[in-house]
Amino acid sequence: MSSETQKILTTDGIPLEVSLKKAERRNKIKAFLLVAPLLLFLIITYVFPIGDMLMRSVDDKMVTEMLPKTFKAMEKWDGKELPEEEVFKAFYLDFRQLVDEKREGKLSTQLNYTKNGFKSIIKKLRRKSKNFEEGNYKEQIMAVHKRWADVEYWKAIKRRAPAYTSQKYLKGMDMFKNENGEIVSVSEDRRIHRILWLRTLEIAFFVTLFCFLMAYPIAHLLATLPMKYSNLLMICVLLPFWTSLLVRTASWMILLQQQGVVNDFFVGLGLVADDARPEMMYNKTGTYVAMTQILLPFMVLPLYSVMKTISPSLMRAGKSLGGTPIVAFWKVYFPLTIPGIGAGCLLCFILAIGYYITPALVGGASGTLISNQIAFHMKSTLDWSFASAMGLMLLSGVLAIYWVYNKLVGIDNIKLG
Amino acid sequence: MALPKHTELHYRIWHYFYLTICGAVFFFLIAPLFVIFPLSFNAEEFLSFSDGMKRLDPDAFSLRWYKDMIYGTKNPWGLAAKNSFIIAIFATIGSVLLGTVAALGLSSRHMPYKGIIMAVLISPMIVPLIISGVAIFFFMAKAGLAATHTGIVLAHIILGTPFVVITVTATLSGFDHSVTRAAASLGSNPVNTFMKITLPLILPGVISGGLFAFVTSFDEVVVVLFLAGLENTTIPIQMWTGLREQLSPTILAVATCLIILSTLILVTAELLRRRSERLRGINR
Repeated sequence: MSSETQKILTTDGIPLEVSLKKAERRNKIKAFLLVAPLLLFLIITYVFPIGDMLMRSVDDKMVTEMLPKTFKAMEKWDGKELPEEEVFKAFYLDFRQLVDEKREGKLSTQLNYTKNGFKSIIKKLRRKSKNFEEGNYKEQIMAVHKRWADVEYWKAIKRRAPAYTSQKYLKGMDMFKNENGEIVSVSEDRRIHRILWLRTLEIAFFVTLFCFLMAYPIAHLLATLPMKYSNLLMICVLLPFWTSLLVRTASWMILLQQQGVVNDFFVGLGLVADDARPEMMYNKTGTYVAMTQILLPFMVLPLYSVMKTISPSLMRAGKSLGGTPIVAFWKVYFPLTIPGIGAGCLLCFILAIGYYITPALVGGASGTLISNQIAFHMKSTLDWSFASAMGLMLLSGVLAIYWVYNKLVGIDNIKLG
Repeated sequence: MALPKHTELHYRIWHYFYLTICGAVFFFLIAPLFVIFPLSFNAEEFLSFSDGMKRLDPDAFSLRWYKDMIYGTKNPWGLAAKNSFIIAIFATIGSVLLGTVAALGLSSRHMPYKGIIMAVLISPMIVPLIISGVAIFFFMAKAGLAATHTGIVLAHIILGTPFVVITVTATLSGFDHSVTRAAASLGSNPVNTFMKITLPLILPGVISGGLFAFVTSFDEVVVVLFLAGLENTTIPIQMWTGLREQLSPTILAVATCLIILSTLILVTAELLRRRSERLRGINR
């Protein structure tokens, strides 16, 4: 008798284990092939472009490619005194090439970002350099304008030599690299971005808080009322949820404007004088009010779905064991709703932090968020690399919050109405 | 909610206080939508209630803004509505096809790397729209699809698929896979099984995912603002421009139509959700 266990074979004579593994692999491939079209589509149209944003935000090849000879010659320059003739000659050759290709304007814009004052001296150099004689370019260039003889301007050019830069990210934090390569903050009156980041956080935080304070009682009411009433009231939550964002923003603009319904109401009650109607729109108040109403359903729905699962007998048990209703609520009911609170708050916060449309319409100058700044650079200044950098800074914040959300609630538990 | 007779006075007060707060919050949620209704019938050009309207004088009401919306001289709404519907319909079809197929794969227990793939598929819903807008714009500009309908439809498919994936995987989570095995054992091929067995059972989930995708596309403005040219203007873009430049009552007429549309969608979505829950045996 053999002590070895006999291998189980399928009817084809293949060991069962092998056959099962094969089937398993086939199933895996089958499942993956079903997901593949969407995955591929998203990777090409969405994930790669976000990577592209990253490239753009650190890309600084433009100047590097415009002045190749100059940067080659500058490698030997110590960057303290004015550079040697060799650098000037290389710069002249690069510059003539750019003028021939009519690209010197771009160079002046780029260099002006690094140091103010390049625009005019490059224009002047273009005019004068036509009549340059061969040899001794250092003297000739320095004679064009006194700034060309200033070592600071040559240092500024040298700073643009690397093909990659963190400058856009620093700019997003109101910082920059000074002449000595140290990272310093811009002067206090020009720190616009820090204010915007802080304001974005502040508005997102308070909107989330207001949403929570308003959503908790009504979610509780919806979860405890009998079905036929709660279904009716649920419409009050779901209708705004399904209504166009712009419609809701428009209605707030009508309500909050100076000649609007709310102000009319206040004047009618005699709370404010007709000629002293308060500004409730085009400032932070407008952003707070409109965003709270717009994001409220996103807080109510997760809270409701958690509260719905809490048995009312738990509260009764708490009370029957001698707790006052407040104690019973605080010790029994509230802890059970924490998963819903977490989900709702993080959802609201994530949505609020990236809000664009509503603040742009009702926020005015003091109620706009970081998203508005990104859109501004995309559409108006066309500084796309800066817009990309700020977008990615915002994205990393959101992903951090999302990671927390995933840890606390789980990505699969997202509920949609 | 009636209180028992023996309730003490301070709980009674607290209870009514709580109901008042709830009432106020519901009012805050829903009232702004109802302001638009009467004002869209305003006979005057103002965006507040005229004295005539307060007295319910019939002359203070008119349909002039609805007429302006449909027949207005420099009327952008016709083109916008046409574009919006075309884009939303194609985006919905695309999202539903891609999303449903992907959800089928994702709900298979054989699916490798489920977590990370799910995260990628859901990401357009999590990433702030402004960032999606920038990224998609870069792609469409490179692909030469900026300012085309195709580009906008593709962009809206990106934004719409997460909703389909989520709703369909949720429906499939309660799906009894033995029915498809039964079909297979009776000699049905996989496509036939899907069309005859799986699809009818998950249809409520597919349709409600489709509704989400439709609404997402129909209401989407951030990405379109980056992508659209003059030819591709949509209703949200027109509303955005209108709200930025000058609030005219015509916008209110459009808004009223949109509220009616969203009410219809809400009712459909709710009916579907209940049907789906009944089929999955959740709503006992």
